[in-house]
Amino acid sequence: MSSPNLDVRDVARLARIELTDEEASTFQSQLGRVLEYVEQLRALDVTNVEPTAHANPVFNVLREDVVRPGLARETALANAPHSANNLVVVTKVIE
Amino acid sequence: MTALTDLSLSELQAGFRRGDFTPVDALRALEGRIATVDPSVDAYLSRDFDSALAAAEKADIHLPLGGVPIGIKDAINVLGESCTCASKILAGFKSPYDATVIAKLRAAGAIPYGRLNMDEFAMGSSTENSAFKKTRNPWDTSRIPGGSSGGSAAAVAAREAFAALGSDTGGSIRQPAALCGVVGLKPSYGRVSRYGLVAFASSLDQIGPIARTTRDCASVLNVIAGKDAHDSTSLDAPVEDFTARLGNDLKGVRLGIPKEYFVDGMDPRVRAKVESAIHRCEQLGAELIEVSLPHTPHAVGVYYIIATAEASANLARFDGVRYGYRSKNPRDLLDHYMSTREEGFGSEVKRRIILGTYVLSSGYYDAYYLRAQKVRTLIRQDFTNAFEKVDALVCPTSPDLAFKIGERVDDPLRMYLADIFTIAANLAGICGISLPCGFVDEGGASLPVGLQLLGKAMDETRLLGISDACERALTEAVGSARPPGL
Repeated sequence: MSSPNLDVRDVARLARIELTDEEASTFQSQLGRVLEYVEQLRALDVTNVEPTAHANPVFNVLREDVVRPGLARETALANAPHSANNLVVVTKVIE
Repeated sequence: MTALTDLSLSELQAGFRRGDFTPVDALRALEGRIATVDPSVDAYLSRDFDSALAAAEKADIHLPLGGVPIGIKDAINVLGESCTCASKILAGFKSPYDATVIAKLRAAGAIPYGRLNMDEFAMGSSTENSAFKKTRNPWDTSRIPGGSSGGSAAAVAAREAFAALGSDTGGSIRQPAALCGVVGLKPSYGRVSRYGLVAFASSLDQIGPIARTTRDCASVLNVIAGKDAHDSTSLDAPVEDFTARLGNDLKGVRLGIPKEYFVDGMDPRVRAKVESAIHRCEQLGAELIEVSLPHTPHAVGVYYIIATAEASANLARFDGVRYGYRSKNPRDLLDHYMSTREEGFGSEVKRRIILGTYVLSSGYYDAYYLRAQKVRTLIRQDFTNAFEKVDALVCPTSPDLAFKIGERVDDPLRMYLADIFTIAANLAGICGISLPCGFVDEGGASLPVGLQLLGKAMDETRLLGISDACERALTEAVGSARPPGL
């Protein structure tokens, strides 16, 4: 069984994940079953129920607007897969 | 004579202060124990003995956790150490800073020691989703230790860690603690700073301790709790002494039994152990009150919408640009992203990112994500109503015993349903603890069963007091059994 609305390849593209054919077909059926399972939520009446984004919410958390130390350049670059001249080297984005 | 590694945190500290042995002795004994048992348990991903030894040599044993080594789940950043979340996409990553909990542990004299295995990005209930190794349950090494903090729980159970930090998004501390026969505490949302914990689902994640006693969990929570300027969701609550109610008895304690947590489909032997533990509490003076949490059957569905939605956003940062794995020779930028994430993430992580992206996508947001958030409100109200009548809820931690490695890997939905009793606490932001309540013989092994206690938000002191009383009440049922052959 698979959900009629879920196109795994299309959603994976939105999420920037390449899938092998095997993955696409396995995920399509597995996630179809998960979506069928969550269909049970439709049975509940949620009229006039406020959504919860955080269970113990706090609001307007501000800090003093002062400069704080950040990572040194070498530290920040230490984990970069490719760096040169104190910069992260990225895949070419313009021709 | 008891081996040093058999001591609880509090016994270890008492020994330091009496001068029976030193933090260096403890660390060496621990490393010896790891070298002996970890080849069969596979709880550790890496350790830096020399730095730990240097810290042990200058440890101040009079500090709250002075000289105590604590194992760390591989999702929590420790300056200069690897932090992979058991994912190929973070292989080789070295943390440029300490998580707040690590800074607090160090300030209290503790020594973060060892990186503990987990399900990749904390997504899983068996630790089988680690990209690097499969951790085994110390009680039967053909079985899973639970997850996602399976390395943390297994190490504590196998006496190759005195205590460990884990993280709990839907049961990832409590469920492995239950399946490994140790104590695991998920603090209330906001009690402990998440700064430096690699985010999975930001509105649900919480760091907490796994140890061999309730007292040890309370001692660690004393150190790691508190408001943190680096985590805007941490709560500005009074600093309490979480050990204040340890030693209290169960007389007059109102324990709520949520009827929805005793369901068909759970292992009847687990149910019998939990019911017998509850009966024992009643004999010792606890008042049992049946309560209802009517929206419980929807918790798993709500969780797998909200947690995956948040994960799809949080894991967008793994793009192969600034850190982590990068695919070789991409055709263009799109291919760079898609190949990096295809090659770097494991199956479960991909599945969840895809599901989370889908439930947030245009046209489906209201039907899935918004509706799930509304049902989350109903689940939260269930708990608010129940806690008007009771001091804590008591129920099983997991519906099953530890299952065999490989048994459920092809059936994600079945794996998700293993979290049915732990997930609602994260959705509601309340605190919960799992403690051992007995053993069941299965295939020649003796497997632990966990009892779960749930307390209202920010009520850890009371919860820990009740847990400690239950622990003492259950001494006979649990006995002094320890994992065999290790």
